[in-house]
Amino acid sequence: MPEVLVRARGLTKRFGGFTAVDGIDFELFQGEAFGFLGPNGAGKSSTMRMISCVSPPTGGELTILGKDSRCDGPQIRARLGVVPQEDTLDLELTVRENLLVYGRYFGLPRPVIRERTAALLDFVQLTDRADEMVEPLSGGMKRRLTIARSLVNDPDILILDEPTTGLDPQARHVVWDRLFRLKQRGVTLILTTHYMDEAEQLCDRIVVMDHARIAAEGTPRELLARYTTPEVLELRFPPDVHERAGKKIAGLDAQRTELLADRILMYVTDGDAALARVLERGLEPMTTLVRRSTLEDVFLRLTGRSLEG
Amino acid sequence: MGLRFAVLAAWRALQVWFTVYRRIWRSSVYSSVLGPVLYLGAMGFGLGSLVDKNGTASLGGVPYLAFVAPAILAVQAMQTAMAEATFPVYGATKWNHIYTVAQATPLRPADIYRGHLLFIVIRLAMNSAVFLAIAAAFGSIRSPWAIAALPAAVITGLAFAAPVAAWSITVKKDVYFNYAFRFGMTPLMLFSGTFFPLSRLPGWVRPLAYVTPLWHGVALCRELTLGGLSPGSVGIHLGYLLVLAGMGLLVGERTYTRRLYV
Repeated sequence: MPEVLVRARGLTKRFGGFTAVDGIDFELFQGEAFGFLGPNGAGKSSTMRMISCVSPPTGGELTILGKDSRCDGPQIRARLGVVPQEDTLDLELTVRENLLVYGRYFGLPRPVIRERTAALLDFVQLTDRADEMVEPLSGGMKRRLTIARSLVNDPDILILDEPTTGLDPQARHVVWDRLFRLKQRGVTLILTTHYMDEAEQLCDRIVVMDHARIAAEGTPRELLARYTTPEVLELRFPPDVHERAGKKIAGLDAQRTELLADRILMYVTDGDAALARVLERGLEPMTTLVRRSTLEDVFLRLTGRSLEG
Repeated sequence: MGLRFAVLAAWRALQVWFTVYRRIWRSSVYSSVLGPVLYLGAMGFGLGSLVDKNGTASLGGVPYLAFVAPAILAVQAMQTAMAEATFPVYGATKWNHIYTVAQATPLRPADIYRGHLLFIVIRLAMNSAVFLAIAAAFGSIRSPWAIAALPAAVITGLAFAAPVAAWSITVKKDVYFNYAFRFGMTPLMLFSGTFFPLSRLPGWVRPLAYVTPLWHGVALCRELTLGGLSPGSVGIHLGYLLVLAGMGLLVGERTYTRRLYV
């Protein structure tokens, strides 16, 4: 049994009358990549801030690396790496200075920081920008620099709050690639995301959060098996027949049908067979798509809403 | 988490400010040299030549330049403290994220606060040392005790910086700082026995000056650079300034924690 690095029991965060996190339980094991998936406002960032020990829980228990998050913040934070949602780099310092300043907070000697900086900048492919100001760097470069910064203290757990939000697709893939390599090296990752593909790519285990609570937990494969069918048939109809078509399709033999604003989703084992049945009924969809189920479908099933919406 | 960690942590929190300062030190040196030269030149020689002609009995029989120089030293300490303890504190959560970043490390909000104050103390010492050297060159130093005016000016500054930083972290909009400068700092600078002795003010106004920190700072620095100091009044001025700084430190620890640890 791998070691438990983070344990939350009834973890709660309230801001005045607003409950951001409502009594959640979870465990994080050594060496895994653990994801909090959910829409904006689900309570993911509040949970991350509590795990980062920069926000005291309002209720419940939170043990990190065997220590109480309320009392032992400094010792815990010494062993965490944090990549916040917003870039918090000092834009008027150079790439290298940003790492130096950060390393000094941990009391690391300058020669150690210099050595680690060289290795980390190489890892995030920023060696040639080392002595340039941070300001003109692209969004993806800044995010990679933030990741390098979070690794200066050689953390036991790396916490990433929406690591690729706001990046273009190419930059996202570079970040994913670096995070995947960290995972390969055995670094324990906790990340939040509202991108299902990010969760599928990076996470060994996922909790789906919605309205401050955990809606489901498991490996991506388990969640797909438990909450959705192997395939999905997506159908688009002209707006004037959309609803009528929906009613007809509801009568067809699908495990579940979702009538969304712009399309109809049929959850089935065999998408092509389902499409054949739809066409037999004389329905004429504008476009059709047979695809595998994704975590997006899991989310839709659990919450009745789509992740992006 | 004992005292040792607190000291070490404040030291670690301090260093980022030097990294930032390295960027602007040139312009800062210009202003900390040029400022005193201009002030002492204009006040001491310009205004002083007028004042001295009319007799300086009410100044304690010293030339106006010698009277005003220690006061400007204290005023400059206040201005440095106010400048360093307002916008930079505010910006450290909003603009350059210095506090936000430091928080993710072993540093606690109180460490971040004390580290920043430590930097302000160093800035105060730098500016005050430069000022005293220039004042000496102008011939306005009349006692060997003037060397103690350096720590006196630093303590005057700290009596402002500690409580002001404790307040700045709670401020929602930076426009409040301009109010503090206009309605706090300017009257203090004008009516704390700086440019003219308090005895020139109506009797009922004087007690108001006695409760302001700048008056104590001015009086303390003046006793030290002019000589003829009395242990009693030095004790009162020093005690007042230290209590104010100490109260600021206690409050700041709380306001920083409340603002950063949410």
